[in-house]
Amino acid sequence: MHRTKVKVVTDALDANNTIAHANRHDFDHAGVTVVNFMSAPGAGKTTLLERIVTELDGVRVGVLEGDVAGSYDADRLSALHVPVTQLNTDAGFGGECHLDANMVRSALHEVPLGEIDMLIIENVGNLVCPAEFRVGEDVRIMATSVTEGEEKPLKYPLMFRACELVLVNKIDLIPHLDVSLDRILHNIDSVNPKAETMCVSARTGEGIDAWKTWMGDLVRRRAGAPA
Amino acid sequence: MHELALGTAIVDTVVAHADERKVTAVYMRIGRLRQVVPDSLLFYFEILSKDTVVEGARLELELIPARLRCAPCAREWEVDMPAFRCPTCSGADVTAVSGEEFEVESIDVSDESDVSDGSDKEAACTAPR
Repeated sequence: MHRTKVKVVTDALDANNTIAHANRHDFDHAGVTVVNFMSAPGAGKTTLLERIVTELDGVRVGVLEGDVAGSYDADRLSALHVPVTQLNTDAGFGGECHLDANMVRSALHEVPLGEIDMLIIENVGNLVCPAEFRVGEDVRIMATSVTEGEEKPLKYPLMFRACELVLVNKIDLIPHLDVSLDRILHNIDSVNPKAETMCVSARTGEGIDAWKTWMGDLVRRRAGAPA
Repeated sequence: MHELALGTAIVDTVVAHADERKVTAVYMRIGRLRQVVPDSLLFYFEILSKDTVVEGARLELELIPARLRCAPCAREWEVDMPAFRCPTCSGADVTAVSGEEFEVESIDVSDESDVSDGSDKEAACTAPR
């Protein structure tokens, strides 16, 4: 049998990245700022979004809602009268545990890019796989909740290192827990010293104003650039 | 747990480069910072390559250590802990020199015209063991 060695030297995720670039091109063309929003299941992504999607000072927000199955989160956000597009990863059985660039691309025709300034892609709740797949976003934000404990950044550095902003959510629960907020922030800093961090409570609204300003600035920075 | 998703990406990449030839081995360079569990990746690779030209191929993983570099003080060091501040100046302007690779470096392919290895479907059908 004749054997040949073939040089490949290709990042195995190149195919995804190529589609992510195509998505990014479409977003740029429409002048839409895109956020890839990630967290473990139950960290409070949807509740956090409920706090801000209609509150960004003239910034028109749309949401692309990624879930394995069902439209529970999309229904909550639709009630706020913002354009929400549901993207289920369930392809008959099981379902992908993350969104990739191609899944986002397949849903783009349903996203009213001409009517929004910012698209927030709420990824599937998972602290591992979403970190591997760019979808064409400008920034990556993650939420981690204090109920997840202090060591999550050390256990899932891939995700914590992928994000520009880390929201530490549910800080209203600190008095009831045996966790130290300082310890959580220290561990985030250890894994990703370049990340910004914000301590928030989606339930009480504490710290949300700072996040709203951060999100608004993202769009205003783009608006300052030539269209 | 991301090995299923990564295994899919590997098989797709290899199939694209194999040009319909039978693949016998896949050589990968994987950085430590990718947090890949080799056994898990090998397990999924075997399942995911079924019914493709990659089926039965050996997956060889070269694990690349994580080396970091601090821009301001030019220190370079190896890490096996998730600690990304510079131990000398405590600076945050630290980048990974290596350890983030997830690369298919090369593949071995065999000539499909040789039917004696049973990989040819027609030959397998007409000559049952």
